[in-house]
Amino acid sequence: MIVSVASGKGGTGKTLVATSLALSLANRHPAQLLDCDVEEPNDHIFLNLTVSQSWPVCVAVPEIDEIKCTSCGMCSEVCAYNAIAVIKQKVLVFPELCHGCGACSYLCPESAITEGGREIGVVEMGTSGRLELVQGRLLIGELMAPPIIREVKRHINPTSHVIIDVSPGTSCPVVESISGSDFCLLVTEPTPFGLNDLSLAVEVVRKLRIPCGVIINRVGVGDEKVEGYCKEQGIPILLKIPLDRKIATLYSKGIPLVEGMPEWRPVFLELFGEIGRVASVGATR
Amino acid sequence: MKEVVILSGKGGTGKTSIVASFAVLARDKVLADCDVDAADLHLLLQPTTRRNEEFWSGQVAFIDKEKCTQCGLCQDVCRFGAIKDYSVDEVSCEGCGLCPRVCPAGAIVMQPCMAGYWFVSDTRHGPLVHARLGIAQENSGKLVTLVRVNARRVVEEQGLDCIVSDGPPGIGCPAVASLTGADLALLVTEPTLSGIHDLERVLGLCRYFDIPAMVCINKCDLNGDNSRRIEGYCRDQGIEVAARVPFDNVVTEAIVRGLPVVEYSSNKVTQEIENLWQRTRAKLGTK
Repeated sequence: MIVSVASGKGGTGKTLVATSLALSLANRHPAQLLDCDVEEPNDHIFLNLTVSQSWPVCVAVPEIDEIKCTSCGMCSEVCAYNAIAVIKQKVLVFPELCHGCGACSYLCPESAITEGGREIGVVEMGTSGRLELVQGRLLIGELMAPPIIREVKRHINPTSHVIIDVSPGTSCPVVESISGSDFCLLVTEPTPFGLNDLSLAVEVVRKLRIPCGVIINRVGVGDEKVEGYCKEQGIPILLKIPLDRKIATLYSKGIPLVEGMPEWRPVFLELFGEIGRVASVGATR
Repeated sequence: MKEVVILSGKGGTGKTSIVASFAVLARDKVLADCDVDAADLHLLLQPTTRRNEEFWSGQVAFIDKEKCTQCGLCQDVCRFGAIKDYSVDEVSCEGCGLCPRVCPAGAIVMQPCMAGYWFVSDTRHGPLVHARLGIAQENSGKLVTLVRVNARRVVEEQGLDCIVSDGPPGIGCPAVASLTGADLALLVTEPTLSGIHDLERVLGLCRYFDIPAMVCINKCDLNGDNSRRIEGYCRDQGIEVAARVPFDNVVTEAIVRGLPVVEYSSNKVTQEIENLWQRTRAKLGTK
């Protein structure tokens, strides 16, 4: 089963949940943790990681053969991203804007465009005990997370249970990370910010037709509107984690919850079991 | 006109709470919420919308089944896996426009996308420019840029002094769009190993784009060792630590009541945020 852990709002506890779930599962079953928060990957902080492989992620960049090029401007005309301009017989490429669609090279009447590669990040694989980690990291100054996320997900091990740690937000990196999951866990906090962003995240998972459930983290200070929302929307609340200084301290030190407080292990195993049951029923509404 | 953008790298460090408090403390400013795919600032400022505009960006392919001959060429050329069974998956389509150009039957059209909304609003603490990106849309930074451009317009129209921008988490496209050209980046971090890791990356981003930066350690008493580590790191990097805000549930209580914390109560947290605004104002060179 592939379970993604998302939220909408940042800082609600996605990494806490993803690492806890993955580490708890790894003792019982082959398990893989994918860190798809490639702008700010944090899972490795909580794992005693041995990296076994590392490789660059490259995206396409148009390369113009100036001898064949007639400056007809077709490439610039077809580019939907303004990544190519033809000015005074010279073709200018803006690589950071290129989406690698291939339109320019496909349609160039002189076959003057080939596609080179440009490095935008790195993917690493490693293990921590019995848990396998695949993580992506965007190079600072690069703009596009989705190609790195796609590369991370290419290494999903179909014989493992897979937990995907997703970035905050509700736009393309989140969609790329969540797509194809069997279930999406939405981690929120019991505040107006938590509720607002949760409702946006729920719209994303519904658009992708992925069943979901909610974890409310830091219960203790806040209000009950998140709970009310979940009940009204028919979204199961699968776990509540209390506001607890000890949990926060462990997190701050990079110690996984299920190692610092082993009583949480069976809780996360039970959570996984419950996810399996809810997922088999299908997406809500 | 000066612009300060509040960033963090890591989500949940307290950017929006701090910006909302700056809204109370700062004079003659426009607020901009650049976290367009999970905007929360309005929840503390209760804006009255004066202008509500559609954000049109990009396009999506559409296959006319009556004209389609099922030759499959569109599926072959699509780099994004967006065409399956001669039908376009809107979420995967990146709007490149290649498929209509190759379709021998002329069965594909590109349709423009209404990708969200942006707003110019009034609040009791001055104008707010904000936005809502459509669900599962590409966050290309264009909408962030629109927010900033319109914040600039309001500054000019109303003879104001500066822009205070609530930035998104991360270091990708939306963060870059909120940062480039700003006069100052205020980086809100927390004393956790994740917070430190992410601070290093977002500071790297500021350096990459040559934007001066300053740090605020939020929830500073959560872990004294890590706070000291951040101080040491900032010292080594030549970056000022402008404030050390203690952890206090009063911040959450204020959020629940829909108020900036400096409006809700008066305590060590609010004093430190007031100091932070004074430092920011001084560094920015604004009123």
